[in-house]
Amino acid sequence: MNIVFWILAVITVLSGLAAVTLKNTVHCALAVTGAFAGLALLFLQLDAQFAGFAQILVYIGAVAILVVFAILLTRGSDTPAQGVFSRTWFAGLLIAAAVFTVLGWAVMNSAAALPHENAVPTVTVQQIGQALMGRYVLPLEIVALLLTAAMLGAVIVAMHEKGEPK
Amino acid sequence: MANTLDQIFVLLKHWIVAYFPLALQPVVGILLSVVAIIATFPALFALTTVIERKGLGRMQNRIGPNRTGPFGILQPVADGIKSLTKEDIVPRSADAVVHFVAPLVLVVVVFMGFAVLPMGRNMQLVDMDAGLLYFFAIGASAELSIFMAGWSSRNKYSLLGAMRAVAQMISYEVPLLMSTVAIVMITGSLSLVKIVEAQNQYTWGLPHWYIFTPWGFAAFIMFCIAAMAETNRSPFDLPEGESELVAGYFTEYSGFKFALFFLGEYVGMFSISGLGTTLFLGGWSAPLAVLNFMPSWIWFFSKVMLSIVVMIWIRGTLPRLRQDQLMNFAWKFVLPMTLLNLFVAGLWRFMGEGILRWLVCSAILLGVYVIVGRTEMRRRKIGPRSYRYAE
Repeated sequence: MNIVFWILAVITVLSGLAAVTLKNTVHCALAVTGAFAGLALLFLQLDAQFAGFAQILVYIGAVAILVVFAILLTRGSDTPAQGVFSRTWFAGLLIAAAVFTVLGWAVMNSAAALPHENAVPTVTVQQIGQALMGRYVLPLEIVALLLTAAMLGAVIVAMHEKGEPK
Repeated sequence: MANTLDQIFVLLKHWIVAYFPLALQPVVGILLSVVAIIATFPALFALTTVIERKGLGRMQNRIGPNRTGPFGILQPVADGIKSLTKEDIVPRSADAVVHFVAPLVLVVVVFMGFAVLPMGRNMQLVDMDAGLLYFFAIGASAELSIFMAGWSSRNKYSLLGAMRAVAQMISYEVPLLMSTVAIVMITGSLSLVKIVEAQNQYTWGLPHWYIFTPWGFAAFIMFCIAAMAETNRSPFDLPEGESELVAGYFTEYSGFKFALFFLGEYVGMFSISGLGTTLFLGGWSAPLAVLNFMPSWIWFFSKVMLSIVVMIWIRGTLPRLRQDQLMNFAWKFVLPMTLLNLFVAGLWRFMGEGILRWLVCSAILLGVYVIVGRTEMRRRKIGPRSYRYAE
């Protein structure tokens, strides 16, 4: 594990921590954007070009902006009067540690079940495209249907407000 | 001789890199290319500010700057000195960290876009397989810096300008991407180097640039519209409209930070013009086969400067679009046309060579454009102008 991985891992974890501990909500949103960027760079470090750039395009370009708009259009942007930590923080810490242990154990044990490959497989965008249109075309169409339904739902939810009496 | 001139920058880089030990050579090579990019484009930016101010001035029937140097050539120097020596005012209630970081993020992100543009034969910084996707991913990150600038100023005008700018940019990002998908479809690769090489062929002396095909021409027009909206350039400059919102999202920036925003905006214009040149105008290839003796980088930069001049021309000519007109245009007209363009590009590919595919594709695109245009116009009753006076 080389130095680049450690730098990126530190950036991601610190941004994630900042996202939950900062008081100002918009600062938290910007920190979560930093965490997304760290994840994207980790993908790029693993030579997954398409996944890394799609992560930047979708998460930082769309999801982060959505989060920021949501914070601004509601009243969450005021600095909270009390602190951000709840009183039962120790129980939360225990549960988070337990989930992390279970996930880590599962990932470590599943490494033995992967097929042994000597070289790092280079996945080009063309292979992803052929897989999406060939083997995985049915999940692709179902996801497209889901996205269309989500968009229609958003339009209906937004439109309903105009019909209400002022 | 022509080949040497064409590759002169590459040869220069190899000559300098040879002086360093073997372990350091890749790093030095990359550093040299990065320094060249960072030196060239701000110099072009300085030239562009003069061209813009003089050009806009002549179009508006006035002389532009003419005090600093002959024909105002030294105006950027004066602007630079002014912006460096102005007091840097940060409002007391502004969010200091975010206020400081916003112009930095913009400038960094905008310069990163140049890494994949092939500025001449063998003259790209990195030849990525997913080069086009990298460019758009980087462009999407620029919107965040605009929001940061508008929000951190704690100013209603700035926030309003930032919201409008972000809404405009995300609306026009979809047509921008979709108009380039047709190019990717026909070329079969996301790598910008391969796209330029696919356009570098000549039939009867005329090049195979994608702008000379029906779907390519339609895609080029939509790309231009979306590119002008992405860089907040007139007629889409409502977010920074001088008569509307003071200065929009950079109201509270003074001195060098304003200069950084200005630089970021213009370098973003160069970046997206470079992308348009690469995708539609053949990148570094010459317009006629006989003109190949001229170096490739001269052709690339000429085409980019031509695009910049056209953008300045449009700024001086067309009136500003209102926010709802902007959004309507993006979602109701440009986006369906890009989807239709994809279909037409697919039809083009499967119809085989010949005059028939030219006629059918042009007919489909022109027919739908006229019909949709007429339908949208009929719903608006455009009658004689009526004035309302305050009584």
